[in-house]
Amino acid sequence: MNDTGLGFSGVLIAVLGGAVRVGTPFLFVSLGECLTEKSGRINLGLEGNLIMGAMSGYAVAYLSGSPWLGVLVAGTSGMLLGFLHALLCQQQRVNDIAVGIAMMMFGTGLAFYLGKSFIQPVAPRLPAIALGGWSDSAVVRAALDINVLFIIGTLLAVAMAWFFRHAKWGLLLRTVGESRNAALAMGINVHRVRLYATMAGGFLAGVGGSFLSLYYPGSWNEGLSSGQGLMAVALVIFARWNPLYCLYTSLLFGGAAALGPALQSVGVSGGYYLFNAAPYILTLGIMMMTASSQQRCAGMPGELSNV
Amino acid sequence: MHNFMESIAIPTAALVFSLLIFSGFVAFSGNNVLEVLAAIYQGAFGSWFSWQNTLVRAAPLMLTALCTALPARSGLIIIGGEGAMVVGGLCATLTGISLNGLPPFFVISSMACSGVLSGGAWIAAVGALKHYRNVNETISSLLLNYIAIAILNFLILGLLRDPATLNKPSSFPIGDANMLGTIGTTSIHAGLIFGLVVCGLLWFVIRRTTFGFSIDMIGGNIRAAQISGLAVGKLIIITCFLGGAAAGLAGMIEIAAVHGRANTSLNAGYGYAGILVAFIARYNPLAIIPVAILLGGIRASSGLLQRSFDLPDATTLVLQGIIFIVILASGAVYGRLNWFKPKGDSP
Repeated sequence: MNDTGLGFSGVLIAVLGGAVRVGTPFLFVSLGECLTEKSGRINLGLEGNLIMGAMSGYAVAYLSGSPWLGVLVAGTSGMLLGFLHALLCQQQRVNDIAVGIAMMMFGTGLAFYLGKSFIQPVAPRLPAIALGGWSDSAVVRAALDINVLFIIGTLLAVAMAWFFRHAKWGLLLRTVGESRNAALAMGINVHRVRLYATMAGGFLAGVGGSFLSLYYPGSWNEGLSSGQGLMAVALVIFARWNPLYCLYTSLLFGGAAALGPALQSVGVSGGYYLFNAAPYILTLGIMMMTASSQQRCAGMPGELSNV
Repeated sequence: MHNFMESIAIPTAALVFSLLIFSGFVAFSGNNVLEVLAAIYQGAFGSWFSWQNTLVRAAPLMLTALCTALPARSGLIIIGGEGAMVVGGLCATLTGISLNGLPPFFVISSMACSGVLSGGAWIAAVGALKHYRNVNETISSLLLNYIAIAILNFLILGLLRDPATLNKPSSFPIGDANMLGTIGTTSIHAGLIFGLVVCGLLWFVIRRTTFGFSIDMIGGNIRAAQISGLAVGKLIIITCFLGGAAAGLAGMIEIAAVHGRANTSLNAGYGYAGILVAFIARYNPLAIIPVAILLGGIRASSGLLQRSFDLPDATTLVLQGIIFIVILASGAVYGRLNWFKPKGDSP
């Protein structure tokens, strides 16, 4: 049995494997966005965090030789960008959507600037756990190489769902997100809660970026991210602000993005570049279906005005 | 008058402040700040040659800025200028290739029409989605950018690919006869005139017509606009169409005046820089003109920075990002500074 002999089932396995591989950055960014939006603020700039995370993670992993240190630094750089975002949004008459666009540009530019010298060298990759050792098919084995970050992300989604529902801080965060006035009446420092939520969300987005450069595709270049950070915002709407649904939708998006390469591997290459548009079209379709001019989305934090 | 002074002084101060931050950044990366700043000025406005370079870059910026500025007046934040520009350029190329051989004036007008109509329809769809389905316009317009680029790649690497282009896959050329000329003996192409005229025209529409007033009213208070009987949905979609049409025209100009064929130079970032221009100009079509020239200058200096200081081409991206952030932060200052207040008007 060889790689190309699998035909249709080969495509299916490649898509499933791709769902996990391509979906992991989506998972982290959407969890980060979910956390931020639960506090009543949108961060459209996570695309910048993602790219900055990818660059800094790769650079540190290359310089230090430890990919995990890279992940940590990637998260920290994302957190710093989140801090800047939160600081700007606290000002009067400053629109959080516009700040998001600015942060996206700034993060991208900064990452390209600082990352210029890291395009050539090869950094150590993050380890994967081979769950496909039982199979003698290379396709199956490649699909079942599950990265540790994906497992961490899955656990994190479960933990966040618990956190929002049962933890005291989770309740605090949701109060701020549902009604600023209620939170103020309770004596909660709204600005501070949102600051922490934006920073934590930025951290997760940075970690998602490090997955891009340190595992899949696994190198740093300027075309690394193509809107994953922004699609995550749409993904959170689709997931109804529920961390567990974020996990499922990330896998769905990952699968959609893996469709083009999977089809190409079995020889269907005619519409390759059109298949690249699949995740964007899927996002748009989902937004059309789930949004409604008549009513607010179920599960949407009350302070979010513009999604 | 005070308002006017304020709207000039604050962005200027913000620009100076951004340059200060940028200087710190340059110094941190081990370069001589004054030399780098001088090089930016030299590359942007230092000579007649750089001026031409700057103006050529400012022309598409004026038009893509309108794509954000016009819908923003009605309260929609649209960042789809890049996609509308790509679609407009692509449709103009298709028109140019298929009409090649007919009288040039007819071909060029048809190319402009198809660029305007396709770009307009592209962003009008965003407005329609917002109005009828309440789809967030910022996200949907950005997704459309990626879809437009995917279509561009699909066409220039497939159906339209000219086999003669090896290094940079491109479409078949539109033909030398169908190219927009330059102004006089300069290297500035006629697209600049398009940009200036469209900005002036739309300023008139915004400031002096009922339509423009309705748009500002929707942006000011959408409920009040609905109650006073304005056809809000229709007006929003028309505004989006106009914005998209401007960006589509920018795409057509890039094809007909610069590249002569469609390739990835179409998505060189003019759409994204246009967002910044629109924000600095506070959505005023007339103010867009000087801001676009300024930003065009910064972009034009990128090459010189690369050559003289070995700085990455992303340097100007960083500068643009810093300017964007500072400009937004400066929004908090409006109406708070005492020396801009009319006398006797206590806070």
